Amino acid sequence: MSGFWTRLKQIGRYPSAIAGVAIILILLIVAVYAIITIPYDEAIRLWRGGEEVWYDSPKNAQPTWTNLFRRSKLPATIVLDSRDGTVEKSFEVVDAEKEMTDIWFAFTFDYPYDEFPREITLFFDAEYEEKLPYISLTWLTPDGREIRVADFSLSASGTYRMSQDEKLQRRLDGQLPHVGLFADPAGSPDSTEPVALRGTYTLEVLALTFEEGSDVDAELVMYGQVHGIAGTDHLRRDLRVALLWGTPIALAFGLLAAVGTTITTMVIAAFGVWFGGWVDETIQRITEVNLILPLLPILIMVGTFYNPSIWLMLGVIIILSIFGAGIKTYRAVFLQVKESPYIEAARAYGAGDMRIIIHYLVPRIIPLVIPQLVILVPTFVFIEASLAVLGLGDPSLPTWGKVMNEAYNGGALYQGHYYWLLEPAVLLMLTGLAFALVGYSLDRIFNPRLRGL
Amino acid sequence: MAEATEIAQPSAEAAEERKDESSFARIAKYMGVRVVFLAFTVVIGVYLTIIIANMGGYVDRIRSGAIREAIALQVAEDPSFRQLPQEQKNELIADMIRVEEERLGLNRPFVLRSFGFLWDALTLNLGRAENMTSDSGSRQVRLILLERLPATLVMWGLANLILFFLSLFFGLALSRRYGSFLDRATIALTPTSSAPAWFYGLFLILIFAAILKILPFGGMVDAPPPENPILYALSLAKHLILPTTAIIIGSVFLNAYNYRTFFLIYSSEDYVEMAKAKGLSDREIERRYVLRPTLPNIITTFALLLITLWQGAIILETVFNWPGIGRAYFTAIGLFDTPVIVGNTVIFAYLLAITVFLLDFIYALVDPRVKVGGGRGSV
Repeated sequence: MSGFWTRLKQIGRYPSAIAGVAIILILLIVAVYAIITIPYDEAIRLWRGGEEVWYDSPKNAQPTWTNLFRRSKLPATIVLDSRDGTVEKSFEVVDAEKEMTDIWFAFTFDYPYDEFPREITLFFDAEYEEKLPYISLTWLTPDGREIRVADFSLSASGTYRMSQDEKLQRRLDGQLPHVGLFADPAGSPDSTEPVALRGTYTLEVLALTFEEGSDVDAELVMYGQVHGIAGTDHLRRDLRVALLWGTPIALAFGLLAAVGTTITTMVIAAFGVWFGGWVDETIQRITEVNLILPLLPILIMVGTFYNPSIWLMLGVIIILSIFGAGIKTYRAVFLQVKESPYIEAARAYGAGDMRIIIHYLVPRIIPLVIPQLVILVPTFVFIEASLAVLGLGDPSLPTWGKVMNEAYNGGALYQGHYYWLLEPAVLLMLTGLAFALVGYSLDRIFNPRLRGL
Repeated sequence: MAEATEIAQPSAEAAEERKDESSFARIAKYMGVRVVFLAFTVVIGVYLTIIIANMGGYVDRIRSGAIREAIALQVAEDPSFRQLPQEQKNELIADMIRVEEERLGLNRPFVLRSFGFLWDALTLNLGRAENMTSDSGSRQVRLILLERLPATLVMWGLANLILFFLSLFFGLALSRRYGSFLDRATIALTPTSSAPAWFYGLFLILIFAAILKILPFGGMVDAPPPENPILYALSLAKHLILPTTAIIIGSVFLNAYNYRTFFLIYSSEDYVEMAKAKGLSDREIERRYVLRPTLPNIITTFALLLITLWQGAIILETVFNWPGIGRAYFTAIGLFDTPVIVGNTVIFAYLLAITVFLLDFIYALVDPRVKVGGGRGSV
């Protein structure tokens, strides 16, 4: 085995292999980071969670870093909450007899963007017995205008969707509220499109309560057009969760499948060669039949009829690959090894069949097997992605393939949400490329037949 | 390459028996052996499909669904039953279904029944779809799938032909310019083949359909399809560009690299040196002494590649909205239409076997070991 390590050290001579190893290391770090920062159950909860988890993130927002390539900056999501202590609240008793109290607070924020937010929503959290508080909202722009937004009795759900307020839209000369509130009245010199006015805005909330001890709090969410490092999908979910968690899943699936199929194939080839005769013959015939079995359709069938769990898929892949094409290659090598003097010696001192196969035959072809194993990894990573893109992804886990599937079905290509499809695709490609780069370099190191060419 | 020696063995034995056998007879015999073997493979593949599908009782359901429908129709059409009240009619139907199920042996143990299913599947008696219909309105799974087969064959036939010849000429060109920049660039690009065709398809759609808007997103012809056959062909060609390119990009570099390596191995043989010494032109040497002995290897590699590519049809056709059997498979998954899924797997098993058979046939034509009937030594 010492020859094995000296050869392995040659990998430093291949720049492509170094690049591959570097990418694999980064992916591994990302995988570990994902598992530590977002525990398994948390990841599933987040990914399967609906509006209650993701209510404060925008729909289909691009990643924040895309602003670097844009002249007019798209707004990020701004969330302000009167409960977190940054907002000063004042109470004033209006009519003690009728238990009427005015609660006043204001959200002040800086708006340094050139484009408009996508939506504005206020989530109220009110304490009351029977009588719903009455809310008045006023909007103050940086150039000193004061816009009356709305006066309404709080609804039971406590949600006020400013962007869908038609009265406000009429007051803003027909502009959508989230545009009209931020638009520069001077407009832009060279286009009729409205332009956002940068500066400090304030939203004043005046709540009139009708009960003793009643209180009103609010959370102002201005949904941006960019969000986080990875953007969001059509269900407001932050893609970061799926992209992070997709890494350990893809790596684990690819590696386990590659190792599982390679080891079983190798051992079976060794058995066939060692026992020869009808054993070898049967294995050979099974291999040829197995080669023509449609793997993907069978996987799809299992996924549709039983359970598309990623681990069941892994099991089926390994079972169907036991008699894989690798047997032919390994068999050719084993046939040579079988005639070596040291096998003869082992037999002479009375070593059993199992001992010879496991301890003497199999280790000999490990150098040949390792490059094959590494080259196989991307194949399985892509099989998992293929199944997910067909809608047979694991029902609970977030994977790259599932993101691509949702992006494709969600019309990412038609509506221009390219980031949604490209992010998982680029990650898949990087993973595939990294293992392929390392694999082909290892192949050239361990199979010198090709090195001369 | 291991495959090549494998295949040569039976004919080598035959050669010892009758040395005067003609090439034609040898090829026929070789093909006969292959047909038997491939038929055996199809039988096993289909049987496996049935076992997997029936673990949840799905094949049984297809069968009894077909019986129920046939008998209900029969009773409804028979004028002598028309006067019967609905209750009695239902009783009659239930009775007839029981008799029919007994006749077909649906109450026998699964092992026995599975052979009946196997025969049905092999004869493409695939039952009736639950939700899908063919364009002509039929619910026969066989018709639904056969109707879509031409679309699949057009795309994959074209793509694979181009892929084969492109890789061949690309490989030859590389072997001539061994060590050049082009050669090294191709080696560097071989890892691209680790991603499947649909993956490149998504990128191509993104670039050429979504951003540049010069090629269609998918589909087979414009809607509505042009009446004029020439316009129809042009429209078809326009829609073929992206899927074909995706298939080719997904495999061409690794393929060309493999072929180039074969060519390089064979061009270092002594007889090539000899031919050079005789003063034959490069073209002549390439055609007669390099390409010829390499072809069997190339065909074997290509056969293995085709097997994997075929399976990608399901997803590639889905991505490109191509109305072939792959997309039918995808639709069937979405509708949970079990008969179509099982039937489609059967068709896939047949397609793989036919592909391998065709390549075997070409193999027999180009490999002198099959034609002459000798072992390796007689090459």
